[in-house]
Amino acid sequence: MAALARLALGEEEVEPMARELSAVLDHVARISELDLENVPPTSHVVEVTGALRADEPTPCLPREVVLSQAPLANDEGFLVPSPQA
Amino acid sequence: MSTTDILDLSAAAAAAAIGGGSLSATELFEAYRDRAASDRAAGDAGLNCFTWVAADAPSEPVDAPLAGVPVAVKDLFCTEGVPSQAGSRILEGYLPPYTATAVSRLRAGGAPLLAKTNQDEFAMGSSNENSAFGPVRNPWDRERVPGGSSGGSAAAVAAGLAPWALGTDTGGSVRQPAALCGIVGLKPTYGAVSRYGMIAFASSLDQAGPLTRDVTDAALMLRHMVGRDPCDATSLAFPGEIELPTAERLDGIRLGVPQELTGEGIERGVLDAFAAAIEQAKELGAEVSDVHLPHAPHALSAYYVLAPAECSSNLARYDGVRYGMRATDAHDLLDMYMRTRHDGFGAEVKRRIMLGTYALSSGYYEAYYGRAQRVRTRISEDFRTAFEQIDFVVTPTAPSVAFRLGEKTADPLAMYLNDYCTVPMSLAGIPAISIPCGHSEGLPVGLQIAGPAFSENRLLDAARALERSIAFDARPARV
Repeated sequence: MAALARLALGEEEVEPMARELSAVLDHVARISELDLENVPPTSHVVEVTGALRADEPTPCLPREVVLSQAPLANDEGFLVPSPQA
Repeated sequence: MSTTDILDLSAAAAAAAIGGGSLSATELFEAYRDRAASDRAAGDAGLNCFTWVAADAPSEPVDAPLAGVPVAVKDLFCTEGVPSQAGSRILEGYLPPYTATAVSRLRAGGAPLLAKTNQDEFAMGSSNENSAFGPVRNPWDRERVPGGSSGGSAAAVAAGLAPWALGTDTGGSVRQPAALCGIVGLKPTYGAVSRYGMIAFASSLDQAGPLTRDVTDAALMLRHMVGRDPCDATSLAFPGEIELPTAERLDGIRLGVPQELTGEGIERGVLDAFAAAIEQAKELGAEVSDVHLPHAPHALSAYYVLAPAECSSNLARYDGVRYGMRATDAHDLLDMYMRTRHDGFGAEVKRRIMLGTYALSSGYYEAYYGRAQRVRTRISEDFRTAFEQIDFVVTPTAPSVAFRLGEKTADPLAMYLNDYCTVPMSLAGIPAISIPCGHSEGLPVGLQIAGPAFSENRLLDAARALERSIAFDARPARV
């Protein structure tokens, strides 16, 4: 699960995490007691109609402004370690 | 005007004093800026309310309705060129290239940025103990928590370190800290305020809301925040204007008390203060009756599936590539992602990411996320049915008064139970306000009033009538 979440967990984090998550999952499992046959899932809480906008290009932030926040970048883009170093 | 007189003014009164010429906006800004800067400099010896404080008052006079009354803003609102870390190490050094709509609307209304406030990391927490900046302390008792996740905003307003503050509420993060600090906190209807520029936790629940000294200030701040924003497709045009509340009575108002949220699990002292507030409401002319929200006891379970699920998806973006920190010495790309997230996230955020990833994983999706979304439908239906018979649902805001620092950190489930009375309204997307309604153990107790979607004007009126009658002395000793 941690690998799916792209999360490295330290040795000392694994046991408490498993214990705490089990307690929370036991609690949330109470919703399995409910009869939810034919109940539609909520997709949006407030009724909205016609929320679509025209698909027109608008200006976005300049590239150098965005790249200035990156831990590592050059003039063209974000720099990252090789996938298979 | 003396500094004490200045600090005694509500935000609305301060705006009026500036407009009338008896106070200058610069004087007001500097009085609060000095206090906020002192608290920031004091670190843990102070209340630790702030993550950043403005250096200078705006140089130009403010020609707008809020007249220059400055606002403290929760760290998770992006503010251009001003550190915005959402209380997390993973966003260390981040200077947003743009400003959140709620903040820019307030600025356009005449409320400049005073400071950024401490919070639980990514708004996940009910005690403000999950912050990379350390815990916030409650001005009523330094050994107790201010509530969370908007704990810095609530404590700052309660302690007179800011005239008013902006927070966010996902499952109670404006209302619960307002209750624990003895101030007013309002969660608007979902969509009433744009989420653009709010660092996301659970997008289907997150709403910006005011934390203020009184109900009038909450209305005034909300007035300058609401409205459709092309940058947030879920934002909606508010039907009409937000009015400043004037009601003094509750004649003809029908209040419903749900037994599901006013019984087991709520502290005796909180229930006593709640009962006294209900008596006040009756004296003001309100009709009070029992109402049923049969699925409300399941709201917390549904919430702790849905919110972590959305969190695990929203927080996937923190990977050390585009902003914030990056773990060094990674041996390849995947290792860099995993180590950055290991080093950058705190324990509670990791817990929620894991919970959400599990709830959304293949094979478990229907059992958890699917079912929780159906429970959410049931909860909305419960409220809709209730509002056919009553105008507002009233409950205690939080099951207890402010608890001691460290008391619940070892037990995540005990911490989650703080949200028991506030999550049903969040899941239903309806507006709810917390006002101080009395004391228990010398600490403030909050009363929650919730109404149908877009009932903010009526809700604020009812809250104002009760506030006047309760006449809560909202200020702990000044720090």
